[in-house]
Amino acid sequence: MIEEGRPLFLQIAESVEDSIVDGSLAEESQAPSTNELAAFHRINPATAAKGITMLVDKGVLYKRRGIGMFVAEGARARLMAERRASFADRYVEPLLAEARKLGLGPDDLGALIRERASASSAQNERNAR
Amino acid sequence: MTAVIEVRGLTKRYRDAVAVDDVSFSIERDTIYGLLGRNGAGKTTVMSILTAQNFATSGDVRVFGEHPYENARVLSRMCFVRESQKYPDDATATHALGAARLFFPNWSQELADRLVDDFQLPMRRRIKKLSRGQLSAVGVIIGLASRAEVTFFDEPYLGLDAVARQLFYDRLLQDYTEHPRTVILSSHLIDEVSNLIERVLVIDRGRIIMNEDTDSVRDRAATIVGDSAAVDAFVAGREVLHRESLGRVASVTILGALTHEDRERLAAADLDVAPVSLQQLIVRTTQSADGAASEKGASR
Repeated sequence: MIEEGRPLFLQIAESVEDSIVDGSLAEESQAPSTNELAAFHRINPATAAKGITMLVDKGVLYKRRGIGMFVAEGARARLMAERRASFADRYVEPLLAEARKLGLGPDDLGALIRERASASSAQNERNAR
Repeated sequence: MTAVIEVRGLTKRYRDAVAVDDVSFSIERDTIYGLLGRNGAGKTTVMSILTAQNFATSGDVRVFGEHPYENARVLSRMCFVRESQKYPDDATATHALGAARLFFPNWSQELADRLVDDFQLPMRRRIKKLSRGQLSAVGVIIGLASRAEVTFFDEPYLGLDAVARQLFYDRLLQDYTEHPRTVILSSHLIDEVSNLIERVLVIDRGRIIMNEDTDSVRDRAATIVGDSAAVDAFVAGREVLHRESLGRVASVTILGALTHEDRERLAAADLDVAPVSLQQLIVRTTQSADGAASEKGASR
């Protein structure tokens, strides 16, 4: 789960953000503590604390004195906006680069995406039943 | 941050060999350090001098602001778990732990009992008769249960299997979280400890070549892979740590974090970037030792 080559505190912060974005960590609910994160990821507590501090500075978490860290109101919407902004760089760019190598143009990609999207939504409907 | 250990101009010479060459550094309170380096780099010598088990040729060492030699005030606050700790012939683990309990003021018998259980250490067998792994377990238990303000572990894992090593790392983190203290862990299993250590201290041929936050080192180097002409064009003017090639494909490890512009250039040139682990980085930076690392005997 932990990757090499990237600062650990960033990865810890991102793992907390992931839980906020996918809704498993709701706004105004208590975030995992530094020690819980350190024990779960088996990392130094100081590193986990650095990740938490980064999220506090970003306004994603806030501290309730004597209780712990909580997810700020509006954090999910802000994280989603931030991720949408970087979506093109992180996912579309590499997709286009690989497609170019294979001689696939934007229209081919569009067709592929629509095809896959309808197949997976049909799959989801079947699973939901 | 406050320093618990301060070293200035420390040198240790054995006849012709220089084991530690004019090093200066400080160790911060309540931090886990990784002391890394090749065999014979001077790790054990430095730890022995800091714990007053060896004499410096020159230089100044302060622990808790005082000289450690024959200084009970300082020594009872430090624990040094040696890789090859010697025990009296008749001693059992019961004796060793009993002596440690008397010596270390913060000793936790509860933790010691739990660790004996965890490591399934036979308490009544003579230490001489224990396996290498069980012998290491005695050291690990004393090191953790002493809860000394400064604890040195010199390659504490010899003979411990992967399960027992994980147990050691887990217990260390757990107890450190509840009772913060300074831990200096010397290890060759760099990848295993890289997530535990907050700071990394690398010693190479008797000199400290790195003393930094582990996290800030993690994106310090990258390996660029692709068409060798394109790789060469990209790495021109950068510090190259290592280079390999296979036909027209080259793989070059460079020092320095990649910027956003670098990444765009790499993508445009169709080059791949592979991360470099702490272990690889240290191997690459200490590799240029030119065979000077064969002084293990001299550093003891």
